[in-house]
Amino acid sequence: MTSARDWRGLLFVAPFLALYSLILVFPLLRGLWLSLNQVDLFGAGHFVGFGNYAELFSDPVFGTSLVNTFVVTLMIVPPLTVIALLLALALNRAGSGAAIIRGIFFSSAVLSVTIVTLIWRFILAPDAGLLGEAWKAFGWEPLAFLSDQHLVLPALALTTIWWSVGFPMLLFLAGLQQIPEDMYEAAALDGAGRWTTFRQITLPALRRTVVLVVMLQTAAQLQLFGQSQLLTAGGPSGGSRTAVLFLFETAFGRWQLGYASAAAEVLFLIILAVTLTQYWLTGRATGAEGGR
Amino acid sequence: MPSLNLDRVRKSFGTTLVLDDVSLSAESREFIAFLGPSGSGKSTLLRIIAGLESADAGEVWLEGRRIDPLPPGERGVAMVFQHYALYPHMSARENMAFGLKNAKVPREEIDRRIADAAAVLEISELIDRKPAQMSGGQRQRVAIGRALVKQPKLFLLDEPLSNLDAALRLRTRVELAQLKQRVDAAVIMVTHDQAEAMTLADRIVVMNDRRIQQVGRPMEIYNRPANVFVAQFVGSPAMTLLPAQLSGDGEFAGLKLGDGSAVDTRVPRGGLPSGAELRLGLRPETVRVDGGKATTRGKVELVERLGERTLVYARLADGQAITAEDEGDSRVRIGDEVPLAIDGAAAHVFGPDGAGYHRADA
Repeated sequence: MTSARDWRGLLFVAPFLALYSLILVFPLLRGLWLSLNQVDLFGAGHFVGFGNYAELFSDPVFGTSLVNTFVVTLMIVPPLTVIALLLALALNRAGSGAAIIRGIFFSSAVLSVTIVTLIWRFILAPDAGLLGEAWKAFGWEPLAFLSDQHLVLPALALTTIWWSVGFPMLLFLAGLQQIPEDMYEAAALDGAGRWTTFRQITLPALRRTVVLVVMLQTAAQLQLFGQSQLLTAGGPSGGSRTAVLFLFETAFGRWQLGYASAAAEVLFLIILAVTLTQYWLTGRATGAEGGR
Repeated sequence: MPSLNLDRVRKSFGTTLVLDDVSLSAESREFIAFLGPSGSGKSTLLRIIAGLESADAGEVWLEGRRIDPLPPGERGVAMVFQHYALYPHMSARENMAFGLKNAKVPREEIDRRIADAAAVLEISELIDRKPAQMSGGQRQRVAIGRALVKQPKLFLLDEPLSNLDAALRLRTRVELAQLKQRVDAAVIMVTHDQAEAMTLADRIVVMNDRRIQQVGRPMEIYNRPANVFVAQFVGSPAMTLLPAQLSGDGEFAGLKLGDGSAVDTRVPRGGLPSGAELRLGLRPETVRVDGGKATTRGKVELVERLGERTLVYARLADGQAITAEDEGDSRVRIGDEVPLAIDGAAAHVFGPDGAGYHRADA
C-alpha cells in the first residue's frame, strides 16, 4: 500500500475525525484540565494540581453520594434484569394480545423523566398517593417513601425499574427469537422438563443478552440523575443524592466547575472500571462459545 | 408383532387437511423411508410419531405400547433433526449426555454409552468440542450419536442428508446403511430424494396429497408402481405416459398409440378396465433409439449426454412427449427424426383412475 493511498483514506474519515475531536475529545481533555484547576464561571481560575481530588476524597457529601449511587444501582439492575427477562418469556408468543401487552410494557420507556417522576409522585405521596391509599385500605399507616431516609432509595429504584424495563425486555425478546425452534424440539425429545429446558437451553442462549443488559443498565444507573433531582432533589438530607446530582449541584449550584470536573473524572473512571470488570468476567465465562 | 403401528392418523392445520387416515406398520429393525414431494405430509407424520405434533385422530403404537398420548421424551424414540439441532453451548459429550441425564441414567452408564457411540461414529477426538468448532459432517455424526446413546426403539431421521455437500452425502449414506446394521431398532427416514430412499430403505412409503400412495420394497416401487403418481415420482428421468387404446384379443394387452403404432405388452388383459382410455407407461431405458427394431419414430427436442448413456427427449407424430435412451456415444442431434424401439414386455399400463397394471412377474 502506498502512502498516497493512506492519505486518501484519511481524507475520507477526516470529516468524522474533525467532528469527533471537536465534540468528544476536546471536551474530554478540557474537563480533565478543568479538574486540575480551581475555576468558577467568571475569570480564568488557577492551577491547583490534584488539590480538587484530594478535597473530593475527604468530602463526606461526595462519599455519601457515591454510596447512594452504588446502592441504588444494586437495587435497580438485578431486579430490572430479572423482571425484563420474565416479561420477555411471558410475552414471547404470536398473537395480537401479546403484542398489545408488549406495547404497554414498552410504553413507559418513551416517557420523559419529568413525566415519570410526576406519575410516581402521585403514586408515592403518603397523604393522597395511590400506594398510601392502598395502605390505608388495609388499615396501615401510609409510608412516607419520599421523606424517609430508608425508603427513598427503594422508591427511586422502583420508579427507575418501572421506567426502564421496556428496552431490556425488547432485547430479551430479540434474543429469545434467535433461539431456533428445533432446539426446543430436541430438548422435548431429550425428555427435558420446563425448568430444565429454561436452565439448560434458554438461559445459556440468552447469556450474551443478559451480559449486554447488565452492562448497559449498570453504566446507565451509575449516572442516575433526573429521578433523584425531580422526585426528592436529593433529599431527605442527602439520602437520595446520587453522584451525578452532586456533580450538578457543585457545578451549577455552587459554580465550582473545577471541583465538579474532578468528581466527573472520578465517576467516569468508576464506570469504566465496573464495565471493564463485567466485560472481563463474562468474557472469561463465555470464552470458547460460538454459534451452533 | 409389528414394532410401529400407525392407525388411521389424521391431522389438519386449521382447515387444511394434511394427513387423511394414514395407517402403516413397521417391523422391528426395519428401515422405512417416507418419500414424497414437499407438502405431501411426510414430515408431519414423522413429527406426529415423535410427539412434536399431535394427531387430530388415530393412534400410534410402538412395541405394544400406545405412545400418542405420551410426551416426546417418554416415547422411546430418538430423532436426528434436519439442521442437527445440537445445543450450541454444550460439548459433543454434553449434547449426548443431556437426554440420558434427564432420564436419570446412572453416570457410569452414560459414560459407557457415549464412549461406545463415539467409537462407532469415529468422533472420539471431538467429544469435548462444541458444535461451532465442528464441520457439518461432524455435527451430523454428533446428532446421530445423541440419538444412538438413548438406545431408542425407533430412530427418526428428518432429511438427514439434505444439509451435506454431494461428496459427504454419499459417504454419510453409506454410514447410515452401516448404522442400520448395528442398531436394534426400527428407523424411519423422511426424504424427498428417491436415491436416498432406494439405497437405504427396506421399504419405501411413497406419500402424496395427504395419503400413502404405495408401500413396498424399493424395486417393487420401481417395477410395480401402484399408480401414476408413484410411477412418475420414482425413477429419473420420469416415466413416459402415453394415451393408448386397447386393441386385439390375446392373453396380454395390446395397445394402440395415438400415432398409430402398436405396442404388445405383457400385462394380463383380464384385469384391465374394458373400453376405457388407458395410459402406457414406459421407463426411458425401455425405449431405445434403434433402427433395427423400431416400432415408431420421434422428432428429437433435447439430448442429454450423461456419459455412459444418452437421454433423448422426443415427440411422437401425434405430439406426445417420450423419453428414450441411446448409447453413450450417440450421434443423435436436436431436430433429428429417429427410429424408436419400444420394449412392450417392460411396459406398464395405467387405468383412467391412475391405477397401475403390470406384467405378472415384474
